[in-house]
Amino acid sequence: MDNIIFIAIAALGGVGFVAAVILFFIAKKFKVYEDPNIDTVEEALPAANCGGCGFPGCRAFAEATVKSAKETKGLEGLNCPVGGNDTMQELGSILGLEVEASDPLIAVIRCNGTPTNHPAKAKYEGATSCAFAHALHGGEGGCQYSCLGLGDCEVACDFDALFMNSETGLPEVNNKCTACNACVIACPRDIIELRKRGPKDRRIFVSCVNAEKGGPAKKNCQTACIGCAKCEKVCKFDAITITSFLAYINFENCTLCRKCVEVCPTSAIWEVNFKLRKPKAEKPASVVERKASPTATEGKPIPLTVTIAAEQQPKTETKEENKDNKE
Amino acid sequence: MGILKTFALGGIHPKENKLSANAAIETLAIPKQAFIPMGQNLGAPSKPVVKRGDKVKTGQLLAEAGGFISTPIHSPVSGTIFKIDNILNSSGYKQPGIIINVEGDEWEESIDRTEEINSNIDYSSQEIIDKVKKSGLVGMGGATFPTYVKLMPPPGNTAEYLIINGVECEPYLTSDHRLMLEKGKEIIIGTQLLMKALKVTKAIIGIENNKPDAINHMTELVKGKEGISIMPLKVQYPQGGEKQLIKAAVNREVPSGKLPIAVGCVVQNVGTAFAIYEAVQKNKPLFERVVTVTGKAVKKPSNFLVRIGTPIKELIDAAEGLPENTGKIINGGPMMGKAINSTEIPIVKGSSGILLMENEESHRETESPCIRCSKCTYVCPMGLEPFLLSKVSKLGKFDIAEEEMIMDCIECGSCQYTCPANIPLLDYLRLGKNKTGAIIRSRGKTG
Repeated sequence: MDNIIFIAIAALGGVGFVAAVILFFIAKKFKVYEDPNIDTVEEALPAANCGGCGFPGCRAFAEATVKSAKETKGLEGLNCPVGGNDTMQELGSILGLEVEASDPLIAVIRCNGTPTNHPAKAKYEGATSCAFAHALHGGEGGCQYSCLGLGDCEVACDFDALFMNSETGLPEVNNKCTACNACVIACPRDIIELRKRGPKDRRIFVSCVNAEKGGPAKKNCQTACIGCAKCEKVCKFDAITITSFLAYINFENCTLCRKCVEVCPTSAIWEVNFKLRKPKAEKPASVVERKASPTATEGKPIPLTVTIAAEQQPKTETKEENKDNKE
Repeated sequence: MGILKTFALGGIHPKENKLSANAAIETLAIPKQAFIPMGQNLGAPSKPVVKRGDKVKTGQLLAEAGGFISTPIHSPVSGTIFKIDNILNSSGYKQPGIIINVEGDEWEESIDRTEEINSNIDYSSQEIIDKVKKSGLVGMGGATFPTYVKLMPPPGNTAEYLIINGVECEPYLTSDHRLMLEKGKEIIIGTQLLMKALKVTKAIIGIENNKPDAINHMTELVKGKEGISIMPLKVQYPQGGEKQLIKAAVNREVPSGKLPIAVGCVVQNVGTAFAIYEAVQKNKPLFERVVTVTGKAVKKPSNFLVRIGTPIKELIDAAEGLPENTGKIINGGPMMGKAINSTEIPIVKGSSGILLMENEESHRETESPCIRCSKCTYVCPMGLEPFLLSKVSKLGKFDIAEEEMIMDCIECGSCQYTCPANIPLLDYLRLGKNKTGAIIRSRGKTG
């Protein structure tokens, strides 16, 4: 009996030893060298795997970052929108590079087709998918550029930052937005755009993407951009351009002076998170009222809880610091 | 007659509701303004050759073909060009189009307006194809594929059979039925012209067995006409689909991704055959067609001969108005047609019917979970698995959709019709087909 046990141990031990030796040499021969920095960089990333950087997951982004640092001594064109500046600075320190700060972005909804502004003329019955509805019909209210309100963007959002408002039928973005671009891709009508968050979260943008002539656009929606070019004329900073009857505010040039908001006859230009202006005597009261309402709706998610405000505080500070650095 | 033929796989038999089958074709008054969209065929949209303020005659060229798979468009009315602007098309999107203010009805001199039936075919094959190409003919069944492309088989393929589609399997619609009864002689001459153009000796006119009067009438007419035969078919939806009709008529199966010419068949609608007769023998380009206006609550279900570009509301008025309880207006038949959101939308070359559905019957039932009864798979005429395809399309897994042959789907809607859980299968199939098609095309461009 003892003999059998001894033979078994010796045989298995022998096979194990031989296999170990073979594996040792094979592992040496076929070893793939991987930069240890890749692991460090990956750990520093937020691990959201959202694809917002343009790479399939955080690992691929880490590989691209290390490769770029090695080959070009810079991180040109690489940015993790979720982590923001903090993460990019950390990556810079890991790889021993100076990383230029970029402005944080946020998704904005460029449509204000609420049931009051853009009344429905027909009713859509079918699959709850914007992509399908877009291929099928021009929209319930007649504007073929308007938000379809079926929530493809809400499904695409991984960060609980975008919700459909059942009252307005439009999506709303809150401060959890990381500018990962998922909703922009999901929207079949290209309504969502990533814009600069702005100092103290203040932004001005044209909340309309209707490229029709003024008449037909206004017929369907009372807050449509009619391409009247009043804002283009009043803007001193060349921030506004008009292409095919649609104004676009370039956020790089915009100084948030709010002149365009005042002149817009259809209230298509939105100001977000500004303090309400004192109503001026010479302005008709109705104009002021109409302007006040969109600001309030968009402003809603921001003063949600104290925690968000506390989180928000350092971000704005860093941003201002960065601005100083640049100058 | 023995056992009637039909296609092999799947199929359904919805209620026929052919309310307007006994209504003779009426000529509808010319509208005050005609709206002519530029994209009236499958393929590239046409390019306008007229400008604002021009005077045009009925039958004059308005727009030329915008590519190989494209057709010219001729003026359906005489008058002045009011505008070249964006106009609504049947999907509610705006498309470039021409608006004409109608003044009188003056036709081009070259068009033969006599009632006489001209049965002498003295054109060569090439001449017929050229005439068809010049008159802007498209498939009148609804797919609007340019007819002349079908008449020129690609090298290596020869046509053996010409199949004329008089099936009209969509419930409610009767425009082809009435055309066969009233313009049977012209359709036969059109068939002979097509046979000459394609150099085939055998032509089959397939008619479903729910139109016995049309079958008898056409059988009478083809007596003594060599090579043309009438084939009564068992009533089964979607027999009017090209591939299904070929299977039913000559028992051949078109391989996946191939055109019917690969099995030596060319399918043309009876409406197209009639239009070919008019184009070749009467020099009349395609600018009017027969449209059915029907619905359970419609006071006068009718078949109208309508000029292209007539707004749908004029047709509804001619059928004695929109019923109070209308829930949906559908452009086309109930199975494949699309609900429209405006009655300003004009009739185009591919419109075969306007269906006014009652409120109660038009709405969708609430969707419930799939119970895996496999009815959709059983009825699919292409042998696909609609539930699987709709699921993968919904999840955006278009690679699986492609492997499971989503591109073979003919969008007949049998699966959604039969689904006991009211799942919008066809909606997701269309979405998946659309996206998968775009992916396949982009692949072709890059590599």
